[in-house]
Amino acid sequence: MNGSLQLWPQQASGHAAQLDTFIMAFTVFVALLVIPVGVLVFVFAVKYRRGKTVDRQHAPNRKVWLEVSWSVVPFLAALGFYVWSTSLFFELRNPPSDTLDIFIVAKQWMWKAQHPGGQREIDELHIPVGQPVRLVMNSQDVIHSFYVPALRVKQDVVPGRVSSLWFKADKPGVYWMTCAEFCGTDHSVMGGRFYVQTADEYAAWLSSSGVDQSLAASGEVLFRKYGCSGCHAASSAVHAPDLAGLYGRAVALTSGETVIADEQYIQDSILLPQKQIAAGYEPIMPTFKNILRDDEVIQLVAYIKSLRPASWRVK
Amino acid sequence: MTVGATLETPSERASYLRAGYSLRSWLTTTDHKRIAVLYLYAITAFFFIGGIAAALIRLDLATPGGDLLSNEGYNRAFTLHGVVMVWFFLIPSIPATFGNFLIPLMIGAQDLAFPRINLASWYLYVLAGLFTLYALIAGGVDTGWTFYTPLSTLFANGYVAAALLAVIIVGFSSIFTGMNFIVTVHKLRCPGMTWSRLPLFVWSLYATAMILVLATPVLTMLLILVCIERLSGIGIFNPDLGGDPLLYQHLFWFYSHPAVYIMVLPAFGVLSELVTAAARKRIFGYWFIAYSSVAIAVIGFLVWGHHMFVAGESTYASAVFSFLSIAVAVPSGIKVYNWIATLYKGSISLDPAFLFAMGFIGLFVIGGLTGLMLAMLAVDVHVHDTYFVVAHFHYIMVGGAVTAFFGALHFWWPKITGRMYNITWGRITAALIFLGFNLTFFPQFILGYLGMPRRYHVYPPEFQVLHVLSSAGASILAVGYLLPLIYLLYSLRHGQPAGSNPWGATGLEWTVPSPPPKQNFAEMPVVTRPPYDYPIRDPMSRE
Amino acid sequence: MSDQPAAHSPYAEPAQQREADLLGMYIFLVTEIMLFGGFLTAVYVVRVLHPEEASSAAKHLNLWLGSLNTAVLLTSSLAMALAVQLSREGKLRATSAWLCLTVVLGLVFLAIKSVEYYQEYAEGLMPLSDGMRPLSKPGEQLFFNFYLVGTGLHALHLTIGIILVSGLTRRVAHSETPLPRRAVTVEIVGLYWHLVDVVWVFIYPIFYLAR
Repeated sequence: MNGSLQLWPQQASGHAAQLDTFIMAFTVFVALLVIPVGVLVFVFAVKYRRGKTVDRQHAPNRKVWLEVSWSVVPFLAALGFYVWSTSLFFELRNPPSDTLDIFIVAKQWMWKAQHPGGQREIDELHIPVGQPVRLVMNSQDVIHSFYVPALRVKQDVVPGRVSSLWFKADKPGVYWMTCAEFCGTDHSVMGGRFYVQTADEYAAWLSSSGVDQSLAASGEVLFRKYGCSGCHAASSAVHAPDLAGLYGRAVALTSGETVIADEQYIQDSILLPQKQIAAGYEPIMPTFKNILRDDEVIQLVAYIKSLRPASWRVK
Repeated sequence: MTVGATLETPSERASYLRAGYSLRSWLTTTDHKRIAVLYLYAITAFFFIGGIAAALIRLDLATPGGDLLSNEGYNRAFTLHGVVMVWFFLIPSIPATFGNFLIPLMIGAQDLAFPRINLASWYLYVLAGLFTLYALIAGGVDTGWTFYTPLSTLFANGYVAAALLAVIIVGFSSIFTGMNFIVTVHKLRCPGMTWSRLPLFVWSLYATAMILVLATPVLTMLLILVCIERLSGIGIFNPDLGGDPLLYQHLFWFYSHPAVYIMVLPAFGVLSELVTAAARKRIFGYWFIAYSSVAIAVIGFLVWGHHMFVAGESTYASAVFSFLSIAVAVPSGIKVYNWIATLYKGSISLDPAFLFAMGFIGLFVIGGLTGLMLAMLAVDVHVHDTYFVVAHFHYIMVGGAVTAFFGALHFWWPKITGRMYNITWGRITAALIFLGFNLTFFPQFILGYLGMPRRYHVYPPEFQVLHVLSSAGASILAVGYLLPLIYLLYSLRHGQPAGSNPWGATGLEWTVPSPPPKQNFAEMPVVTRPPYDYPIRDPMSRE
Repeated sequence: MSDQPAAHSPYAEPAQQREADLLGMYIFLVTEIMLFGGFLTAVYVVRVLHPEEASSAAKHLNLWLGSLNTAVLLTSSLAMALAVQLSREGKLRATSAWLCLTVVLGLVFLAIKSVEYYQEYAEGLMPLSDGMRPLSKPGEQLFFNFYLVGTGLHALHLTIGIILVSGLTRRVAHSETPLPRRAVTVEIVGLYWHLVDVVWVFIYPIFYLAR
């Protein structure tokens, strides 16, 4: 980032380049609509100025075909842009399956990130270039919004639900990362640095970051410490769902619905266990809301995600 | 050439302004014309309060470090700016001043349907204003004008309840005005004033009144719920207690999107009047314009989700709202083309009112098309909650609605006061406002695309040039808004008497003296001619 | 004579004013429908998102008293409708009597509601006393809070209605509101009363019948 005038944001991803193309095309469309309007208003105001002798015969009041066409044609053009833009949007909403998942906690007024290997950062985020990254985000208090202008992506982080956002950065560099939803006093300074690093740089950063264990390993420790295995282990006397292979599986609930066990489901099961009860089980699980810290919840979720059924080969 | 004040004319002596001099006669009036003037005073005061907040904001933004105001002070400044400008200026501006003054005159009625409810709506407005001033003086509100939960219910530190009460009360003021307009237009049209002869200003205020009546109660209810939550701790919007912050957003935008049409539809109505009068020509496409107002009002209720594309709304819902938001742009486009077609082969006089109309057309088209840009999902993901959105809505609200308000002021001032103002100063003001506006807000489109978020007063230094340009424009704009205070007030004593129809325009309001007497019409008018019945040279053109 | 609208009014003839008064009241009722409609939509969303909590919270409501109240309010609307009809026929005393009954039934409703609220307070369900302990899950508390807000707002509107009808009863009884000439006044107050009734007709199933 230099100190002089900047008129266009940096492009850090393929999506950014595609969006810029879209915007430029749309701007041309806007100009094609605006310029004639401006010109005509000006020209008519001059040409038909009161007192000027000019042909005012046959002034029309109504031409239905004209009215319809100047409504329909721009509308159809706009629909073309709609299709283009919506397809870009669908891409943003459908992450690939091989994403690097990083957990983000937003709170007044900082961004906390935890990498799968356990590395943590505050108000900074390091990611490797060319690798699809998915951010799994929680808010501790109010609504925040994770935004990196250079990537052209943002997602509101709403308390009480898990929000996610994916991207693939193509250009190493340091970019601005901000909070884009007004969140109180220090909203203006809730920003940070977003580092896109080459594979080597990223590996170096990972290893130099102080970390005791990966997130999942920390989660495993907590799973035993807080007695989860007491009910959820296969040998337990208590009838509790088996968690192996749970992540990504369809779960039938007592209400009759079926849901997919994603991060939100796992997190809710720990903090709001009465919210969705698995079919065939009693609602006897206590809540751990006032027992676990937010980062401990993240570690547990990471651990449960990592559990594969015994028949699968562990990578 | 008279020295000093121009003496009172006979029509002034008999006018509504002179029917009772005491303060009490004004504060207990049921005359729609006087109530309009009361509103004019009140909204002007709030316009300047909101303007001072804007000045503080632009001054603070001239430097990247947020040196002028503290973080909390800045948050309070933009909250005040938004709350005051939206609810205490824009929403009542044209309807409560020009709507109140002109609707009965335009349809040939002696007053609105419910004169005392009209006065009640003004008192509610003033009461709400007092609550707002209390919140401001006591220490301010720092939630943003949108009051998003759970920030406003659980975390905000200001006088939120007072501000919410103010908005709840002013909502009732809006509802009463809307109700009054609808019943008036249905029941008090003079003989011959059919729906097909109504001035388009009346059509647009009718559509506005529909929105006022249907949308405002939803906001009222929502803010009552927020107040209760804030004061008692129940958790409708608190996820820890089973609530949902997004429920707030759905209900809020269900009102607030139609609310922006409350702000802009009356401006469209004004434009139709200004353009026809300036061009001395019948409006092009009367029914297309009339029905497009209704279409905007209806479709406007179906697009609220476009404020929530990145808030957690489903992909499918977002796609639907995006499509509908594109659809709502079509009727607005129709109006603009029709006004331009009206100018074609007209006989155009470049009076200040028309210059404001020209400014409106240019600025509204840019604002509207950038709105279309925002309706495009992938674009919105990037520029939502950035200065791009700020620029878009200021182009429509300020470049559009406020400009139209000033156009209306310059057009109907002679009718309301009986005096003509200095035309040259009027033209200078129109030019200054147009130039100052563009300089203030065009750089903000660029800032937004660069990623400058809203509600930030600290930003990267490479954005500073654009911000300085914007703040410089704001100072020009401020001069433009202050000038009319001087020459319009000056005209009250020193302006030339205006006569009943200084612009040579059609419309029943121009058939009564300026200013009108307390009783609008000595005899009930009977209408036989179509609207905008200017001389048409070609007998072949159809009605 | 005094048959004509007052000199400062914009109406040329009484029929015009009557129509305008009626239309005005209908529009006001539409705003009230939007007000309660917004609220009930929020409640409905909560019911759909948390069906089990809504059901268990609703079990704490007194279904008998709620149903009794529904009957009381519907009967009061009937009394009001009869009053309107009689006012059109110019029967002062009969109109006055039915209006009086409407007020009485409205007060009965409020009394029953107070009993219900008191019962709920005694069970520790109210938010300020004891923190709503019988309602253990957040969704239950939320649903119950909605019940309190909804019935509270309804009771407020009903109270306003009782005041309006009482005032009208007095005016009719003392011939200050001439009938059948100003029957439209009875009619528009009647419309307001029916709205309060209709709102209850939606509140009752959405809360009491959620069990």
